[in-house]
Amino acid sequence: MTLKARIIPCLDVKDGRIVKGVNFVDLVDAGDPVEAAIAYDAAGADELCFLDIAASHEGRDTIFDVVARTAEHCFMPVTVGGGIKSNEDIRKLLLSGADKVSINSAAVADPDFVARAADKFGNQCIVVSVDAKRVEDGRWEIFTHGGRKPTGIDAVAFAVGAVERGAGELLVTSMDRDGTRSGFDIELTRAVADAVAVPVIASGGVGTLDHLVEGIKEGHAAAVLAASIFHFGTFTIGEAKAHMAAAGIPMRLD
Amino acid sequence: MSETVAIIDYGAGNLRSAEKAFSRAGMETGAIIRVTADAELVRRADRIVLPGVGAFADCMAGLRAVDAMIAVLEEKVARGTTPFLGICVGMQLLARTGREKSETPGLGWIDGVVEAIMPHDPALKVPHMGWNTLAVARPHKLLEGIETGENGLHAYFVHSYHMRVTAEEQVIATTQYGGPITAMVGRDNIAGTQFHPEKSQALGQALISNFLKWRP
Repeated sequence: MTLKARIIPCLDVKDGRIVKGVNFVDLVDAGDPVEAAIAYDAAGADELCFLDIAASHEGRDTIFDVVARTAEHCFMPVTVGGGIKSNEDIRKLLLSGADKVSINSAAVADPDFVARAADKFGNQCIVVSVDAKRVEDGRWEIFTHGGRKPTGIDAVAFAVGAVERGAGELLVTSMDRDGTRSGFDIELTRAVADAVAVPVIASGGVGTLDHLVEGIKEGHAAAVLAASIFHFGTFTIGEAKAHMAAAGIPMRLD
Repeated sequence: MSETVAIIDYGAGNLRSAEKAFSRAGMETGAIIRVTADAELVRRADRIVLPGVGAFADCMAGLRAVDAMIAVLEEKVARGTTPFLGICVGMQLLARTGREKSETPGLGWIDGVVEAIMPHDPALKVPHMGWNTLAVARPHKLLEGIETGENGLHAYFVHSYHMRVTAEEQVIATTQYGGPITAMVGRDNIAGTQFHPEKSQALGQALISNFLKWRP
């Protein structure tokens, strides 16, 4: 019996639609997040992540419907992130069918929000996003607004503080690597993973299956998150799992 | 006549996914699934499910806050024969005592205490979060037809506390995470899973299906 490493496909959703579309299977509607979720469920994804990048209130409300419809078809854990600012936001997402929420800017602006959320809903459903850029060798800083706004906050110190306040998991994204397909920032992932007692999800930069292996083996992450390599059909979830298993990582293959 | 299954709503977490998973499995038997905070509906149900997410003390307080609910559960489940399934913290509440934050009395239907997970290997992260397999300690109807063991199906866990069961015969299945972790408990008409069947894809749907047909 061994706890398995997890593969988490992430879907960027805007106003109820997938931002870039998903092309890995013959979907009737490549922009429908629920169809994509069902396909990933069938493909053996270990969890699913929706990142809501809606710009407006009206757009934001559509995520509840996406989550609710996903929960009707997918019996797997679902995390939702993006724009979560209050316990009321979290409550609505959980009632829609989310299992975990990922808190981003609000945890930077008000670190005690993490404590209030964890007290109310339990540590297990509070994921804190650590969006970081390298500022010098061995030092990373938290950036907000999609990596545009520096905060001066040390990423590892921020991560440790978030866990002390009750985060049950950390989603560590390298803003330098995001979208580059050049691999995770392994040093960042490992610096955070080794500093905290909770699981870390490595994110940002996956381009090959070896990158996934590196995230677990060298980055000490418990899970790897990727978007484009799965959405564009470069690799299937099954191929990714088989590759990781062949590299000696315990994976769930059922 | 169709059976009714009451999923108890006491403000502890996400019930939609439990409802959907039971409804899906219930299509086979025609079971009617009701998410309810009404003790009278629970009293009339043919099967009872107690989910739970969050801290032991908060969940126990939440359950106590629902008018007459614990009295109905004592009557129908502890003294009666209604098939019962506790999930995650809903399983932990069956213990005598919970030791999370403070010491809190549980329902006391299973002879155990709920304590923090302390893996032997300090590199192991807590919560125990993700997919793990089950080692069956004693065969149980709810696990019938489910492939278990190292190469068996996986169950989805997410918890920082687990039940240490004093009465060994009440342990149905365990898993391993830097030491043994109680994965499933039971006696008579009472069963509980530390993992989330409603999130455990094939294993979960098979277990829920078995529960809906279970005649203890």
